[in-house]
Amino acid sequence: MPDSDLLPRLGAFARLLHDSGIEAGPRRLTDATRALTYIDLKRETDFRGALRSVFVSRKEDIPTFEAAFDIFWAPPDPRITAGAIPGRSRPLRMSPERAAAWSAALGLSSSQMSREQEARSVPATSSGYSAEELLRQKDFEEMTWDETEQVRRLLEQAAWRVAERRTRRMRAGKTGPIDLRRSARHAIRSSGELMQLFRRRPRLRRRPLVLICDVSGSMERYSRLLMIFAYAIARREDLEAFVFSTRLTRITRQLRQRDLDKALEAVSKGVHDFSGGTRIGDALADFNRHWARRVLGHGAVVIIVSDGWDRGDPDQLTAELIHLRRSAHRLVWLNPLIGSEGYQPLTRGMAAALPYCDDFLAAHNVQALDDLGRLLAGLDRRSTRV
Amino acid sequence: MGTARPTSINEIGDVEARLLERHYIGDRALATAIFLALKLDKPLFIEGEAGVGKTEAAKVMAEVLDARLIRLQCYEGIDLAHAVYEWNYPRQLLHIRLLDETQDRRAAEREIFSPEFLLRRPLLDAIDNDDAVPPVLLIDEIDRSDEEFEAFLLELLSDFQVSIPELGTIKAKRPPFVVITSNRTREVHDALKRRCLYHWIDYPNLEKEVEIVRARAPEAADGLAREVAALVQGLRGMDLYKVPGVAETLDWARSLAALGATRIDSSLVDATLGAALKYQEDLERVREKVPAMVEKARGA
Repeated sequence: MPDSDLLPRLGAFARLLHDSGIEAGPRRLTDATRALTYIDLKRETDFRGALRSVFVSRKEDIPTFEAAFDIFWAPPDPRITAGAIPGRSRPLRMSPERAAAWSAALGLSSSQMSREQEARSVPATSSGYSAEELLRQKDFEEMTWDETEQVRRLLEQAAWRVAERRTRRMRAGKTGPIDLRRSARHAIRSSGELMQLFRRRPRLRRRPLVLICDVSGSMERYSRLLMIFAYAIARREDLEAFVFSTRLTRITRQLRQRDLDKALEAVSKGVHDFSGGTRIGDALADFNRHWARRVLGHGAVVIIVSDGWDRGDPDQLTAELIHLRRSAHRLVWLNPLIGSEGYQPLTRGMAAALPYCDDFLAAHNVQALDDLGRLLAGLDRRSTRV
Repeated sequence: MGTARPTSINEIGDVEARLLERHYIGDRALATAIFLALKLDKPLFIEGEAGVGKTEAAKVMAEVLDARLIRLQCYEGIDLAHAVYEWNYPRQLLHIRLLDETQDRRAAEREIFSPEFLLRRPLLDAIDNDDAVPPVLLIDEIDRSDEEFEAFLLELLSDFQVSIPELGTIKAKRPPFVVITSNRTREVHDALKRRCLYHWIDYPNLEKEVEIVRARAPEAADGLAREVAALVQGLRGMDLYKVPGVAETLDWARSLAALGATRIDSSLVDATLGAALKYQEDLERVREKVPAMVEKARGA
């Protein structure tokens, strides 16, 4: 065991990690304690590396860990000479009360503890329609409670389910290739005589859904309804959800909240450019590079929801759509404007996108979403795109 | 605790030195994670983009420990019959048909469900063996398997035993050293990761990448190694669908060396660009910038 007074410090560090959103339960604390008995505590990189390998289990958590480490293990602990100066490292993301408590305990200013203030910095955008990203908390109270409940009930009652695809896992079936294992098993019981052939066929699984939703200014009226829609799907299906206006934000985790209002609040908190301008091409480029390989496995269906009002480069949009279409089983574009009378897909973005989408559907009311449901339920089982 | 391991690994530096001896250029953090995994008897979970040397790390570990490497390549639909064991049904059938009619059927059944008729797959092998040093079990690209398989692994990693109904429970005398890799094409369940020590392998910086090329592609001349590494570093900063990994750097350096190059030039780079980039769009995007990139890399 290392110095006995290091233990309480380690426990406090685990609590700091916990408050910053990294899992640091008793099992990990025990592992950390054991790990420290094997290393030279005077070597800061080893000390840091040992704790990192125990407490971190996702790449995303590494910056948080490093920041917490810098803040917590900075001198004056003479046994450890931590590298970074607290003022220079990245502040942690935690609730203001926690941040206040920790900064008091560690003798730091609260801006060194919490990232909340700096997260709002305005990213540079090009001129034009989307020049000013509207960085404000979107008020979700526009729809009355009754309306929300009605829409939600309708969406939850919708009987549709996403179509299944064949997986590579097999199960017993009446048709399909011979199941040698079962047949032989059976034959052994009858002295090696193959009396009956058993067969197996692929097990079916529902296709994963990926929703990429435009929440820019021109989509404002639909944003809330669409979020309720996303929430309703996320309750039952394997859904990955993203929203974009000038930036792409993943909201899958936020939607998993049990309560609709909590989920919507979490989404609203996590997304900083609700009702900003639209750059569909940029958002899809971001998706293709950073998310596609992680969420488009297993024959996923991609649904883009947007009115196609795009101030980005149409060539870029086309290129990204071509790429996206190749990685997805099916690419569906929902456009709330289709519902309006005399609508023609003439916006630049829409015109660029149309040739590359498998389906182009309305999304302005619950009826339209039902149509989408029927489409998804009817997709074929082939494991790859034809 | 760690008693079965070679006693000569007493500190992180030992692991570092041995990796280096085997021409694996890792960093101190990787050596720390490996060292602690050995000492704490915990599986090591290595994540990183494709081609940064995750699988290679496990292979080198086996050499370092002087242990056998048992590799289980995961894929969608992998199940126990492919990962743990399967009875050799054709042989069983043949055997039973050759038996005398009068022979006791129960005895016959016992006979054909004996270890002789068992097809041992990697996981069983890793648990049940007579190796002097416990083997290194590499569970490669776990993100390709499905949740059912992950759940099974979770169980296996907690008690290192397997039940075969006809033979009973087989428990590892000494657990293997387990390395799990993932390309992060999906999130692996937290419960599994929690059992492991974690290490994220990042792309190396220029100096490190040059070292890696020199160590693993010695046929490339010094100048060439540096220039190729610089080219790849430049590519990683570009907006590409698939950024080249270290494996691509090595392929590229070897291709150029095979062509007899000792320095790079635009036409050579253009002709061999496919060693680094795997998407047509990426190739097109980069092609026009080749002369500028070559110039920059030659100055690096």
